[in-house]
Amino acid sequence: MVTKRIIPCLDVKEGRVVKGVQFVDLRDAGDPVELASFYDNQGADELVFLDISASHEGRKTMVEVVNEVAGTLAIPFTVGGGINTLEDMKRILRAGADKVSLNTAAVTSPELITEGADYFGSQCIVVAIDAKYDDSLGSWRVYTHGGRTETDWEVTEWAKEVTSRGAGEILLTSMDQDGAKNGYDLPLIKRVNEVVTVPVIASGGAGEKSHFVEVFEEAGADAALAASIFHYKETSVEEVKSYLREQGVNVR
Amino acid sequence: MIGIIDYGMGNLHSVSKALERLGLPYFLASEPEKLIKAEGLILPGVGSFRDAMTILKDNRQDGFIKTWSKDGRPLLGICLGMQLLFEGSEENGNTEGLKLLSGYAKRFKGVSDEGVGYKVPHMGWNKLTFNQPNHQILKGTEEGHVYFVHSYVVETEKKDVVIASSDYFGEVPAVVGQGLTMGAQFHPEKSGQLGLQVLENFGKIVTGRRTIREQI
Repeated sequence: MVTKRIIPCLDVKEGRVVKGVQFVDLRDAGDPVELASFYDNQGADELVFLDISASHEGRKTMVEVVNEVAGTLAIPFTVGGGINTLEDMKRILRAGADKVSLNTAAVTSPELITEGADYFGSQCIVVAIDAKYDDSLGSWRVYTHGGRTETDWEVTEWAKEVTSRGAGEILLTSMDQDGAKNGYDLPLIKRVNEVVTVPVIASGGAGEKSHFVEVFEEAGADAALAASIFHYKETSVEEVKSYLREQGVNVR
Repeated sequence: MIGIIDYGMGNLHSVSKALERLGLPYFLASEPEKLIKAEGLILPGVGSFRDAMTILKDNRQDGFIKTWSKDGRPLLGICLGMQLLFEGSEENGNTEGLKLLSGYAKRFKGVSDEGVGYKVPHMGWNKLTFNQPNHQILKGTEEGHVYFVHSYVVETEKKDVVIASSDYFGEVPAVVGQGLTMGAQFHPEKSGQLGLQVLENFGKIVTGRRTIREQI
């Protein structure tokens, strides 16, 4: 049976990993290539690179980073951030990324999901959804532009829409839990997982090992993404996976 | 030298990069006139079976690959490239394949025998079971996890074609082959050390033949 995946996420700005990754044993803690290998060796199942560059130059640098990472990494990786056109997708995938992740552009130009899936296959197209609970809606609302812009989409409706358009995977971030470190948003993840037939990657809220068990066992997530818990060495991918194994979760 | 068949289906880059890491010389080409100079061929590919067969025919690659395989020269299909080696696929109606191996690609049902729904594609890391542990393509490896992404699965009556398999609501032929026509349903270039070893073994099969020829 297919294993549950652990996915560290790296924020890259102008070609450098940011958010103060703390690894004393690395020569250069800001080097995306070196960090990628580090996580690969720790047993990460996949990696996500989020390009947070604001400039055009920064985006060009990202293509070089992808090219270099592809040459050293023997596990799949996804690139998100600033992908707004089919051309952007082509550049990143041709540089060697396995998947691209669309977020704001998926909402503003949903035809992009279909174009990408037709051109590269659904397995290359991840749609990232940022969701926040909305009392008036009685459910979660979808946000774009890094959580700054509210949309009219209710999260399960949007999840169904993107998969019907060809998304091969959903990266679901809870804005309520993100950064809080008290666990993934289990009701949100569970709710979305129930309405789609593609894999769901849970994101936002991981603070300790037990949170990974919960998100797999209780919410049914296929993969769990985390950033700071790994970067700040609060735990390691290795530790999380051996804990999951002890708890009877099927991991690689 | 390994020739990677370029026919516009999917990402050749990661396969090329993996060969570079292993120090295996390769070139990319689409024309049979160029590919014929290779000592071994890799047929990669992701996407639609029907589109792939249409392009292979338009590029006159289909006949070339068939002759190559029948001459007993080394061939490795990866993912969709592996499925193309079989008789056909039920994707987009029924499409004929290269018919080098006995079997047919069928869509994962999405519902288990017990009536429980499951996710399609089969995406992620799954464990290999070796049906033929002594096969040369598995040399130096142990049963472990490899990375899969596919929605269709090969069904075959000829069990000796299956070298290694995985389990996803039924048997998934993961490494297949007959003679030197071989295939991997998973992505060896994305499957850590085990995947790289499979590629390296293919490289050794290719160079091993060269040594034999030189001795003759």
